Amino acid sequence: MTKLKSLDDLRRLREELQKEVEARQGGETQIIVGMGTCGIAAGAREVMTAILEELARRNIKATVLQTGCIGMCEKEPLVDVVRPGEKRITYGHVTPRDVPRIIGEHVVNGRIVEDLVVGRAN
Amino acid sequence: MNLFRAHVLVCGGTGCTSGGSSEIRARLEKELLAKGLDKEVKVVTTGCHGLCEMGPLVIVYPEGTMYTHVTPDDVPDIVNEHLYKGRIVERLLYKEPLTEEKVPHYGDLPFYQKQKRVVLQNCGYINPERIEEYIARGGYSALAKVLGEMTPEEVIAEVKKSGLRGRGGAGFPTGLKWEFCRKAAGEPKYVVCNGDEGDPGAFMDRSIMEGDPHRVLEGMIIGAYAIGASEGYIYVRAEYPLAVKRLRIAMKQAEELGLLGDNILGSSFSFRIHIKEGAGAFVCGEETALMASIMGQRGMPRPRPPFPANQGLWDKPTNINNVETWANIPDIILKGGDWFASMGTEKSKGTKVFALTGKVRNTGLVEVPMGITLREIIFDIGGGIPGGKKFKAVQIGGPSGGCLPESQLDLPVDYESLTGAGAIMGSGGLVVMDEDTCIVDVARFFLNFTRSESCGKCTPCREGIKRMLEILDRIVGGEGKMEDLDLLERTALVVKQSALCGLGQTAPNPILSTLRYFRDEYVAHIQDKRCPAGVCAALLVYRIKPELCRGCTACTKVCPVGAISGTRKEVHFIDPDKCIKCGACMERCPFGAIVRG
Ligand SMILES: Cc1cc2nc3c(=O)[nH]c(=O)nc-3n(C[C@H](O)[C@H](O)[C@H](O)COP(=O)(O)O)c2cc1C
Ligand code: SF4
Ligand code: SF4
Ligand code: FES
Ligand code: FES
Repeated sequence: MTKLKSLDDLRRLREELQKEVEARQGGETQIIVGMGTCGIAAGAREVMTAILEELARRNIKATVLQTGCIGMCEKEPLVDVVRPGEKRITYGHVTPRDVPRIIGEHVVNGRIVEDLVVGRAN
Repeated sequence: MNLFRAHVLVCGGTGCTSGGSSEIRARLEKELLAKGLDKEVKVVTTGCHGLCEMGPLVIVYPEGTMYTHVTPDDVPDIVNEHLYKGRIVERLLYKEPLTEEKVPHYGDLPFYQKQKRVVLQNCGYINPERIEEYIARGGYSALAKVLGEMTPEEVIAEVKKSGLRGRGGAGFPTGLKWEFCRKAAGEPKYVVCNGDEGDPGAFMDRSIMEGDPHRVLEGMIIGAYAIGASEGYIYVRAEYPLAVKRLRIAMKQAEELGLLGDNILGSSFSFRIHIKEGAGAFVCGEETALMASIMGQRGMPRPRPPFPANQGLWDKPTNINNVETWANIPDIILKGGDWFASMGTEKSKGTKVFALTGKVRNTGLVEVPMGITLREIIFDIGGGIPGGKKFKAVQIGGPSGGCLPESQLDLPVDYESLTGAGAIMGSGGLVVMDEDTCIVDVARFFLNFTRSESCGKCTPCREGIKRMLEILDRIVGGEGKMEDLDLLERTALVVKQSALCGLGQTAPNPILSTLRYFRDEYVAHIQDKRCPAGVCAALLVYRIKPELCRGCTACTKVCPVGAISGTRKEVHFIDPDKCIKCGACMERCPFGAIVRG
């Protein structure tokens, strides 16, 4: 480790280190992946991995959660995006290829990816 | 850098470590790797969460799900169900003792609801062995602020404004103490952190040093800057190896980053810290004895004045504060003295950490705002008395403290109220006792402790405590006389007023407070030769109820001293002179005919 020489050095280091504890503080936006039995069978794990990679690549803060079966097995893999104060949007038949779009459009810019939506809730 | 979507926190406090938390960690890493989750789930070892009773604890973020009493064999479920599929492992959740309801979220536990965690904010939340996590949580920003923007006088003014008082027992205003030392003539100046923590059953300071060592260091560095000190000592008892280890790691990391040592953060201020491991005598927590011990002399108190601020280590100006006092400093600087003073009562500001032990459902470490009542701590946070028993008393302030009854439970916890009631804040030990506790026996227990810890330098303490203990021994042995109570009280007052140091001055507190609130119980022992709680062996009598005895002879066979006589099918009889009160017959009697009273 190099020595910190000033207040600014410390501030910069702190910003870099935010990732260290981020998952414990919880980001504002939540991304929820359905991990029920048929979700996993339909490729939810691969979708999850793609989400994590995309978030890391773009350096985006979000909480990634999983959930069990929600009764829409035929539409798996399911991914929900909840932005603070907005409706919970459920995307269905998500593939790793869709992930950059969901994150780039919806998570970052708040534009819902309409063609993939299978449900909306408050 | 990987993005970890989940952090699994494994408690590495002393309690959970002895419960096997390092095996849990190893197993977690193995299972995560097997499931291919090792790149997305991070395992973090933390300090104590305060709920050691429920340990080993594992907490999964981002949900904040808390799992209790975890064993290595529970790990596959946590990994496969929770981390892989997102399903909470219900059977490992905390259960509300009264309603049996399961509480999935860490923050929703009643145990944490009334707490206010300032000093403990990082304990159980960060990995204490990584300075990165402390910094990510805003650590060392207070130091940067002090060095960049504040003069030493301004720092002292802020601490004075906060109203912070020493957490080591006496409650002296911290800002004022710093000012005395800053103004004292002499170079170099020293700051000392008192981590002796000699109260039996107390573990507040240990948990802070283990769970968030950088907070203590940061407080000390800020204090040193304000006072103008260049050297610091942390005095920790050698029985706290984990605290010593974590402090050493923290110091090394802070030095590497230029936060400790020469020219801190590029400024002209330099400061170093040394660790001194103490042998663990209670009296060594007394400041003058502690300093003698640091200087390699025998740990014995000396009269004050001169106070450490003028003549401390090597006769130089020295400022000594308790671990928790130091740990309060960073937030006072960052958030301001006014913020701190907004918590608590008129004269007692901020929060206090207590070690809640004894006959209470949730034992553990709690941090509460000053001014909260004892009832709230014991019943709301502690969950009340287990086993349907009744509350009897709470000993607050350790062996130097006092024993308070039910009628004092609505007392606000602040320095003045507690002292007025005959107890002290002390360093924060809270021992709850139920109806099965004999108060005379409790006083005797604490006095026995202070007797063996008295350094023997001054007569009132050395002889006085011994004499009082002899009287108590007589009383519990059934040989007490009513005059003994006056003698006890007089001796207690003499010792309180004439002992040299705080050990002797406070040792009579358990006696004085129990005489004040539980005099009947002393009288019962003396006049009726009866121990109402049924604890004092000498006052117990075993008796056979003739109407229940069937003459089965079972008791005669187990009595080790042949105290029971009687022929088969006839009522038996216990000879009280022969009986040694072992209780074996009572356990053996199939008809419940033998009673104790
Ligand atoms: C017998 C005895 C034992 C003490 N033990 C401790 C201790 O373990 N930890 C502590 O901080 N202060 C202890 N003190 C109080 C110290 O003498 C001193 O007042 C304190 O460290 C000052 O720090 P503070 O102003 O931050 O409370 C003890 C005092 C006496 C008389
Ligand atoms: S009061 Fe007790 S411990 Fe303190 S100096 Fe006297 S003998 Fe030693
Ligand atoms: S209490 Fe013990 S010693 Fe007394 S009568 Fe019963 S068995 Fe014998
Ligand atoms: S398992 Fe996914 S909706 Fe049923
Ligand atoms: S040691 Fe784990 S909660 Fe205290």
